Amino acid sequence: MDKSKTFDLSKTGLTRRTALKGLAAGAGLAVAPGFVRYSQAQSSAPIKIGFQSHRTGIGAAYGRWYEKTTAAAIKAINDAGGINGRPVEVIIEDDGTDPGRGAEVVGKFATQHKTDIVFGTLFSHVVIGSAPAAGEAKMPYFVVSEGHHVASTKLNRYVFQPGITDVKSQIQAMAPWIAANAGKKVTQIFPDFAFGYDHRDYLPPALKAQGAEVIAQIAIPPTESSFTKYFPQIPAETEVIYHVMVGPAVLTFVKELGEFYGSNRPQLFGFIDSLEATDINSPGLEFLDGSHFWEGSPRYAQPDDSAAQKAYRAAVGIDDNGAAVGDPKDVSTAAHMFGCWETLYVVKKAMEDAGYKGPEDRAKLVEATEALTEFAEGPEHPQGPKTFNGKIHQCFGIQNISKVEGGRLNVVHKTKIEDGLYEPEGDYTTQSL
Amino acid sequence: MKDASPAKPYALHLGVIALLFALSFVLPDYHHGLLARIMVLAVFAMGYNMLFGYVGLLSLGHAMFFAAGLYGAGLAVIHLGWSVPTAFASGVVCGAVLSLVIGVLALRTSGVAFMIVTMMFAQVFYLVILYFASWTGGDQGMVVPQPARVLTFGATSLDLTNPIVRYMSALTLFSVVLLITLAVVRSRYGRVLVAIRENEERTKMLGYDTFSNKLAAVIMSGTICAASGAAYALLFGYVGSSFASVQYSILPLLWVLLGGGATTLGPLIGTLFMYYVVDITSGYTSAYLLIVGIALILLVLFFPKGILGTIRHRWLAWLP
Amino acid sequence: MHFGPHLLLAALEGFVTSAVLALTALGLSLVFGVMRVVNVAHGEFFMLGAVLAWAISTAISGHPALGFLAALVLAPLIVGAIALVAERLVLRRLNYNPEATIVATIGMLYIIQQLALTFYGPEARPVEPPFSYRILLPWFGYSGYKLSIIAASAFLLLATWFVLTRTKIGLVMRATQYDSETAQAFGIPVDRVYAGVFALGAMLAAVAAVLIVPISQAHYLMGQDPLLLSFIVVIIGGLGSLRGTLVAAVLIGLSDGIISVFFSPTLAKIIATLLVAMVLVFRPQGLFGTASR
Repeated sequence: MDKSKTFDLSKTGLTRRTALKGLAAGAGLAVAPGFVRYSQAQSSAPIKIGFQSHRTGIGAAYGRWYEKTTAAAIKAINDAGGINGRPVEVIIEDDGTDPGRGAEVVGKFATQHKTDIVFGTLFSHVVIGSAPAAGEAKMPYFVVSEGHHVASTKLNRYVFQPGITDVKSQIQAMAPWIAANAGKKVTQIFPDFAFGYDHRDYLPPALKAQGAEVIAQIAIPPTESSFTKYFPQIPAETEVIYHVMVGPAVLTFVKELGEFYGSNRPQLFGFIDSLEATDINSPGLEFLDGSHFWEGSPRYAQPDDSAAQKAYRAAVGIDDNGAAVGDPKDVSTAAHMFGCWETLYVVKKAMEDAGYKGPEDRAKLVEATEALTEFAEGPEHPQGPKTFNGKIHQCFGIQNISKVEGGRLNVVHKTKIEDGLYEPEGDYTTQSL
Repeated sequence: MKDASPAKPYALHLGVIALLFALSFVLPDYHHGLLARIMVLAVFAMGYNMLFGYVGLLSLGHAMFFAAGLYGAGLAVIHLGWSVPTAFASGVVCGAVLSLVIGVLALRTSGVAFMIVTMMFAQVFYLVILYFASWTGGDQGMVVPQPARVLTFGATSLDLTNPIVRYMSALTLFSVVLLITLAVVRSRYGRVLVAIRENEERTKMLGYDTFSNKLAAVIMSGTICAASGAAYALLFGYVGSSFASVQYSILPLLWVLLGGGATTLGPLIGTLFMYYVVDITSGYTSAYLLIVGIALILLVLFFPKGILGTIRHRWLAWLP
Repeated sequence: MHFGPHLLLAALEGFVTSAVLALTALGLSLVFGVMRVVNVAHGEFFMLGAVLAWAISTAISGHPALGFLAALVLAPLIVGAIALVAERLVLRRLNYNPEATIVATIGMLYIIQQLALTFYGPEARPVEPPFSYRILLPWFGYSGYKLSIIAASAFLLLATWFVLTRTKIGLVMRATQYDSETAQAFGIPVDRVYAGVFALGAMLAAVAAVLIVPISQAHYLMGQDPLLLSFIVVIIGGLGSLRGTLVAAVLIGLSDGIISVFFSPTLAKIIATLLVAMVLVFRPQGLFGTASR
């Protein structure tokens, strides 16, 4: 849009800022906690990262582990000299897992905390609700959500997802293994909302390409707390049940599936999203023994773990079972939270490439991020190697398929990056900065 | 209601509007942006107050009217490419039509049944949004594209994403609705509404058609809430189903009760108060909901008529 | 699966939902009927019951039935005590004003939810059922525990019915519900009745939650749905009508189970909600209530 035609009150007479200076001494303003004045960032001042965290609301179980991983990554980065020689500081605001509040929080980061970037959002509706605020504030917004929203190019040029593969790619990468190892006739059970629709829409074509087919799709409303009544819709000839339930009711889902089928069940393939932060040995989950799960990063330590993976687990503070060190009941969200660690290292790399000095360099930071193409496996990317598509702001990595055996998840297959690539749906770089 | 000179209330309301206008030039960026949002949501609360405060009908479903405006405007831009004024009008019309239908049905009930009926209609509305996810974006919602959020008048254009334009747009909407509310409650019609609240049977016996008076109030209330929703979509660029959830039906009730039901400025004060309690306490602790809860209970114990209601009761009887 | 067994399964599920719903809604209905208080925090008392059940059953080692039985007794008592304190400290001082109590109970909702999040955490946690017997039908398996919930709920409802209609306490409560001023004049301690009713309502919700938690999970946001459904049941059944509440609970529970056999679940919920709303519109006193006074 042509800026010169834009009517801008700030250019007329009394500007807000001059008036503000006159009032800055006002005692009433000065003591109110919201009115703290922040000085301009200097060369040695910390780089400020605004962390939009789900501390309350439905996403709270994830938020806590996202915070732990972020704290560990920031400590590692600062111990190694920070970014561009400057220490990194994280400022956390709770978004209540609500898109309206999420947008307000982005505004707060931009105008009150004056952070350099905003980072860390998981739930898709919060990402989509906050994206306009980030775009308007020209605030680089690095999400760790795994939703397809960023790669769909429906958001804007300031939104990135460089630390975790999006769900469309994950689904596509699972199809060859399912068709070859689990069965050809697949019934899908998914929540009747956006996260489920990705699976509903992307799995059937991916399976078809492998000579298998989806024979039934069962959508379950997100508010449901009991599932048995849906199970009769599963066709008798089903060879594989593909399940992606999320939310607090998933344990019920698995238990009821167990009661329904007993030992005589079809193959099961699920996304671990269902059981993140949940002990796989919880009562009622015995039914999952022998079934398979997608995992972004393995929850349980594997025999062939790289040195980088071991160092990452130690830094974050999770034991070999993926639970908090010292509290075996506090199970992590290992399959997703690695994305926080890796995203922060992408931010570090991009800031160094851009010679980032302060908020005035945000556009440079966006371009530097878009210029990235590959992340090598290593301490900065412990989950594995990744490619990055700067046009759609999305990274693509390897995926794990794990089998539940003896009360733990053992990785039985790792996909290749190419398995999950698809045609880009647009190009953010054509948008103005 | 005493019939003091009309000058005092009008002076007060114009003063409030002038103060909000002046604040635009002195507030720090963050509070400037927050106040713009609060004004839009205060319109939602004023719409709610119209029905709850003045007619005494407690609805638990006003999120549907807000969402009707939100989606009516947002989807018109996203799917039909309509311009800002027509999209805003579309949102308002959606709200008016919806409130007419809901009013005709729900007004057959009263009291607690009215609460539940409105809540259930709102729940249906919410589920319909989820059901037509391919159009509405379901629970994830949709972004109203930034380039489309521009008001064009011939050669000049107003970019609604510019903070100052956004603030002034919110203030304009707020002022218009505030003055309409004031005019309505001071009118003959406003007094009939209060009479219905105080004693519906007697009002009926005096020859007033209480049903059509109440229906008009529902439509006015729903339309104002829809205007707030439409403005929200266009000014803040996001439409999503969470705005149609039960939570957003309870919020305006809370704001109005806090500020003071049946006061014209109460909704603004209540909204402002709630927002700042959450904003300030969330800076100190993640358990801010606890503090909000305690604040609510203390308020209702010691200021049972809401902030402005208590002030009116104790000191300023002329407050409208 | 064939239609018959499918319907049977849906009906069984519906009865389990109804059983839990009837208990929860009865608690709400009592508070509503006797005190005229809309208790928005009712769902949180339900949640507290489930969370306490988890805490108690994990604290007690040995056979899962031991922990469960302890929870079944202790959790409602603790919740009842909390409700009693809330009633004394807040509701009584508000004089049970309908609007003020709504705000106050919204405040309680926030407080209880936040305390649960802080001290219990955001995770969903399971409680082991006291026994895990799987009933094998020719077409599908079904949880024996679920059937026992129906029995337990029926027993508790009968007990409540007995107390309300056949004891002095019940008489006093009904008198207060009918006309609190006259009751007061006849020397009934209306104030203490209110406190007792509020505690009893919360306890019923807590018992329902303890029963459901072995097949559901304890989670700090679990109170929302039972609250909405209970409201619906109470209104459909008619204010303060025990029989109406029970019939409405069965109706809502069964329709939730069976409509989903025929329609896509979201559409099913739309239709069911709309139907209930229409019932209310055209019969505002509820299906079993008498015309409102």
